[in-house]
Amino acid sequence: MASPQVDESFSALLKEEYKGRKLTDPINTVKDKWELLPAFLKVKGLVKQHLDSFNYFIETDLKKIVKANEYVFSDVKRDFYIRYRDIRVGRTSDQSPDCKGISEDPHKCRLRDMDYTAPIYADIEYVRGTKVIRNRNVPLGDMPIMLRSKSCVLDGLNSQEMAAREECPIDPGGYFIINGTERVILIQEQLSKNRIIVEADEKKGIVQASVTSSTHERKSKTYIICKNGKLYLKHNSIAEDMPIVVMLKAAGITSDLEILQLVCGNNPQYQDLFAINFEEAAKLQIYTQQQALLYVGKRVKTIRRAGSPRLTQLQEGIEAIATTIIAHLTVSNLNFREKALYMATMARRVLMTMHNPSMVDDRDYVGNKRLELAGQLMSLLFEDLFKKFNSDLKIAIDKGMQKKGVAVFDAVILMQSQIHQITLGLSRAITTGNWSLKRFKMERAGVTHVLSRLSYISALGMMTRISSQFEKSRKVSGPRALQPSQFGMLCTSDTPEGEACGLVKNLALMTHITTDDEEEPIKRLCLLLGCEDILSIDSATLYSDGNYGIFVNGTLVGTTRYPIKFVRDFRELRRTGRVSEFISIFTNTHQTAVHIATDGGRVCRPLIIIDDKTQQPRVEAWHLEKLLKGEWAFDDFLKHGLVEYLDVNEENDALIALYERDMEQEPEMRFTHLEIEPFTVLGAVAGLIPYPHHNQSPRNTYQCAMGKQAIGAIAYNQFRRIDTLLYFMVYPQQPMVKTKTIELIQYDKLPAGQNATVAVMSYSGYDIEDALVLNKSSIDRGFGRCQAVYKNTINLKKYTNNLDSLPGMRVDENNKPIFAHASIERDGLGEVGMRVVQGQVFANKHSYVGDPTGPAQPLNSEAYRETPAYYKGPEPAYIDQVLMTKDKRDETLVKVLLRQTRRPELGDKFSSRHGQKGVCGIIVQQEDLPFNDNGISPDIIMNPHGFPSRMTVGKMIELISGKAGVLNGSLEYGTCFGGSKLEEMSQILVDKGFSYSGKDMLYSGITGECLQAYIFFGPIYYQKLKHMVLDKMHARARGPRAVLTRQPTEGRSRDGGLRLGEMERDCVIAYGASQLLLERLMLSSDAFDVDVCNNCGLMGYSSWCNTCKSSEYVIKMTIPYAAKLLFQELLSMNIAPRLRLGDVF
Amino acid sequence: MEMRNEPKKYRYHPKPQIPPNMSDIVGIEYNRVTNTTSTDFPGHSSEENAWDLEEFKKNLQINISHLAGRSTNFDLINIDTSIANAFRRIMIAEVPSVAAETVYIYNNTSVIQDEVLAHRIGLIPLNVDPDTLQWIDPAADENERFNDANTYVMTLDVSCSKRDNVPEGTTDPKILYRNSSVYAKDLKFVPQGRQEQLFKNSPVAPCDPNILLAKLRPGQEISLRVHCILGIGSDHAKFSPVATASYRLMPVIDIKEPIVGELAKRFQKCFPSGVIEIDENGAAYVADARKDTVSREVLRHEEFEGKVKLGRKRSHFIFNVESTGAMSPLEIFLKSVRILKNKADYLRNCPIGQ
Repeated sequence: MASPQVDESFSALLKEEYKGRKLTDPINTVKDKWELLPAFLKVKGLVKQHLDSFNYFIETDLKKIVKANEYVFSDVKRDFYIRYRDIRVGRTSDQSPDCKGISEDPHKCRLRDMDYTAPIYADIEYVRGTKVIRNRNVPLGDMPIMLRSKSCVLDGLNSQEMAAREECPIDPGGYFIINGTERVILIQEQLSKNRIIVEADEKKGIVQASVTSSTHERKSKTYIICKNGKLYLKHNSIAEDMPIVVMLKAAGITSDLEILQLVCGNNPQYQDLFAINFEEAAKLQIYTQQQALLYVGKRVKTIRRAGSPRLTQLQEGIEAIATTIIAHLTVSNLNFREKALYMATMARRVLMTMHNPSMVDDRDYVGNKRLELAGQLMSLLFEDLFKKFNSDLKIAIDKGMQKKGVAVFDAVILMQSQIHQITLGLSRAITTGNWSLKRFKMERAGVTHVLSRLSYISALGMMTRISSQFEKSRKVSGPRALQPSQFGMLCTSDTPEGEACGLVKNLALMTHITTDDEEEPIKRLCLLLGCEDILSIDSATLYSDGNYGIFVNGTLVGTTRYPIKFVRDFRELRRTGRVSEFISIFTNTHQTAVHIATDGGRVCRPLIIIDDKTQQPRVEAWHLEKLLKGEWAFDDFLKHGLVEYLDVNEENDALIALYERDMEQEPEMRFTHLEIEPFTVLGAVAGLIPYPHHNQSPRNTYQCAMGKQAIGAIAYNQFRRIDTLLYFMVYPQQPMVKTKTIELIQYDKLPAGQNATVAVMSYSGYDIEDALVLNKSSIDRGFGRCQAVYKNTINLKKYTNNLDSLPGMRVDENNKPIFAHASIERDGLGEVGMRVVQGQVFANKHSYVGDPTGPAQPLNSEAYRETPAYYKGPEPAYIDQVLMTKDKRDETLVKVLLRQTRRPELGDKFSSRHGQKGVCGIIVQQEDLPFNDNGISPDIIMNPHGFPSRMTVGKMIELISGKAGVLNGSLEYGTCFGGSKLEEMSQILVDKGFSYSGKDMLYSGITGECLQAYIFFGPIYYQKLKHMVLDKMHARARGPRAVLTRQPTEGRSRDGGLRLGEMERDCVIAYGASQLLLERLMLSSDAFDVDVCNNCGLMGYSSWCNTCKSSEYVIKMTIPYAAKLLFQELLSMNIAPRLRLGDVF
Repeated sequence: MEMRNEPKKYRYHPKPQIPPNMSDIVGIEYNRVTNTTSTDFPGHSSEENAWDLEEFKKNLQINISHLAGRSTNFDLINIDTSIANAFRRIMIAEVPSVAAETVYIYNNTSVIQDEVLAHRIGLIPLNVDPDTLQWIDPAADENERFNDANTYVMTLDVSCSKRDNVPEGTTDPKILYRNSSVYAKDLKFVPQGRQEQLFKNSPVAPCDPNILLAKLRPGQEISLRVHCILGIGSDHAKFSPVATASYRLMPVIDIKEPIVGELAKRFQKCFPSGVIEIDENGAAYVADARKDTVSREVLRHEEFEGKVKLGRKRSHFIFNVESTGAMSPLEIFLKSVRILKNKADYLRNCPIGQ
């Protein structure tokens, strides 16, 4: 499988020395064995789930959809048809005149606000006149392309080629570019489809089994519920709950004995529980299938489309059983046996749960969940659009053919006028994130998000994010809690705080998400492996003792008496590669069932197989040697049956050893699998934390949120990007204490932080409440320095004879540019490198406001209005880049990028990698700071009160490891459940003449004397977070007011006032400071002088009461403008608020 | 002041020059430092302790153990902490030196941004005697602020181009292109006015010629002018003439009970090599306490409890001054002394003080 082209991510392994070990060093210890596997798994890329899913959609699902909707017929001409024979998405490799691939590079699309798409081509066959015509490569609109998928131009490029396309080789891809913005389709978590789930409500005493049937056409849910001890079938399209016996009779099981056998087997307890149901059917006098079908048919809610023929009640009944109930089972030749069995199975599960309440299924169990990825969502969308396209096409064709006088009617021409619907539908769904599917009546919002490019980690974190369909507002703890089955599949630390806590999850490092696999061959394989076909089995023996049911994707397909052998044989086939490696098989002894799953969306992960006979891991040293030499790829490990993927359910059948030593210590345990690396329980973002296993767990969660806000390097093409807002760190450093995950995700190449020398001590009192003391000299030398770049977009519109223009700068009498135009050039745009301060123009746009179709006007005429782009920031900025191009509508697009370089200041936020954030409280001169024997003074002083309650021991160990690394000239590891050992680190410290504890004797910089305590002193990796004072500082004395209320505006962006809120007002009232109250709430806000007539109590003007037609009683007074407004609004509603004035004193 | 160039051999029990007083030793204990503050000032105890110049002159010692172009290591003995610390602080923050302050960028098409490039240039230490410059007048108009007496001008004009006749398959940019990297040495001094004469033989240049400033690729160029002025480290770290200037106190190892045999070897291992030696009787003795880094390792081991007492001599400062290159470390120290003296003079003549 090894591709001839060496993958870049693999190169680290091929270097002479990898992780301190040479290639030629013998690989024998247990530790070495698996150290290389995760590194290798990376060859698939960090977002392999997204890419695999999208590739599956383009290569397989697309063709399936078209195959299922192959024909378009016409009602007018019976012999007319269009048939889609094939469909494909244009590849860059097959650039021919009639079949094009992607035209623009992704980066051009970002810059030019375009869509990154490839044309869809179909091969069709249709009738023109009397001839059948075959057309190849008929365009069918444009498909948005996921970056780095197989259809993307970046597929298979090495880093030089990527650089030539201005693309970052480390960027994981997996997102789309629509209108120049990068958008991700988040992974959606759902309850699994087409599976029986038994739930119980103990309070109401309800037990129910439900199944959500999902097919290409429809989605429906069927329930078997237990009411008053009786079982009923419930379905949305049936008006009443149907007694289960009636339903089974309708499905052709007319014998009561057979019903009993299919539901209860020969278990007397189940039989007793079920017996009551026969009475119900007997009461209804339903004995035959015909009677049952009539009963059902009478209660079916019929929604008939106009024109379709009316059905009899019997037919309705047949139709209901055949198509609507448990819709994912297809019925052929009116053979309802499979459906009957399915209903019986559901009923049996309800009985089992009634008998033993612990048999309920856990909805939160990860094995009962499916993850929906970009490919699946795109395929849902495409199928909907394609169906709509075809039905619209049919209507258009019917219309076209009814028209007389057209000699030969060509459907393809009609087709071309419709294809923009597919293009538009796809791109609109991705831009808005609204997935509305007509056929499922599905309306889902917020499916896509703009890819956050704050730092490399924030982008990566977004690609592994899983959003749940669960409502955020509901106060239930179950779905939010950490599930034991999450182990190794979903990150245990990375979840947001607050309302989405536990609902938004992240994938662990080695998680794979399956795509759909064919079910039929597996069913055939089951029969070959000794499974007895369910259709030929005797009902009496179905549930006899020792008989195990075999379920493929939740449907009973047969039974076996030898489940252990069956499962073993099946696994053997999978390990030899005869069956797809992602098909899972497991035994459920409680249900006496063997389940085989081939569906997509299951989460699974690779594990090393332990040989059953030898009880040794199958991966041996020489395998790894082959891997190192590049002779083997990860797939070879799968092919040779050394490693396999287990999904959550199959993990229950396995006994997984964490370490090889566990196997040695407990040889009687008979482990079946061996973990590749324990640190893969964490995801990419949590993997940045050094020694996370020493931290209090919420601290790791906090760091996961903060790691995404850290300023650092974004991508190798970061200076070529023009984004709305980007932050770069000027001198980012890789952390002194790394983790293996850091290397795997290449965070060391795009880091976000700096190794600061930290002294943990109290200093100056400006460090309370987590504030940090910063060293001024460190800042002078570039510590924490970052750049902020802002994009400003200027669109130049085109009219018939006029267009918006950019005249050059205006000059004063000395022929010098006026102040506002000091930084623009003759082309009316800012000059790169020039400084702009508040009020200066960086794009001198003049808009055409005249008649859009009018004749050409001169620039200085009234038809043009000055609409320049001003710089509004409080601090000056520099013009970084100016881009002038055409967007996809062929209008001129100008983007001006402004840059600010910022040094840390008071109030800027910093954080270590342990959820310990703090703001800069004071910046201290270097000579005032303490120093150690070597003359080293700290970059940051952190208050020791941050430690006791937070219990971030990992941070302390990071400091010691980092210090040892600095002294030793090595990078140390803080990998989860591993990493450099504290004892070894302490020994290095001692050897280098430092205290083993990491505490140094410091001298006060102010007095010069020794400090009386030893100070914990060493490097800790600090991140600068995006929250900076410069972006938030705000104050105003007076300023703009809202038009309606004349009160000060709200918010920093509008230069608003600072609100004295209700609670503050209460304080002032309680204190009794009435004059202050008056001043704050009226005088400083919306004081307004009114003329009040003391006679009628209404307001007049200019000392005149218009109601009394007199000025006699008019008094001037000041009231809030809002009050005046209220009075007038009341007047407009025919309510007269009258003021009665009296003297206060 | 008296200076001796040869390092003085230090013995553990020197003849005390001041009364043998444990209060002169800072106690290094397992988890704290005791006796950090000096008490030999008048009014603290019954002793007089009044400052006496003659006494001070007699006791003050300076031993230079190492002196090189960029760094020095010397002992300052029998001086109060406040004075020693004042020297350290002044060396870091108040000894003036020359650094780039204003960068006028004419063209910069490199990937490195103007601000960052200017910042990097600012941090380059310049090999120029700061005494040749006058202070700049910040109140002066910007156009008249700089003149030949207070400013050095340097220029940087580099452009990168492809080299011909490069062997096939070369990837090293240094071979492929001219000026692929811009170094500090590319900054060229442009003498102004009188400077032409003054710097005929020794032009102003960076101390370290190979500091990387930027990287270029064909077609990119940098063209700028730098104004270098006099400043002090408390203004900006670039004006600090030292990489670091600091001191440590002289370690004291007091063996209370004889440590012999195997224990002595283990004892020896608790210190850096050369600190503890073992005599012919197998007993450990302190050979050179100056080499000790005071790692306190010995306090960790129970077997040495009560047998050894660690301390540091409070009036014995081992100074370490690392210059950035413009001045010799000796000069920097002497300047700090001069500045301190000026401060004292200022205070003495201060009208408020009288």
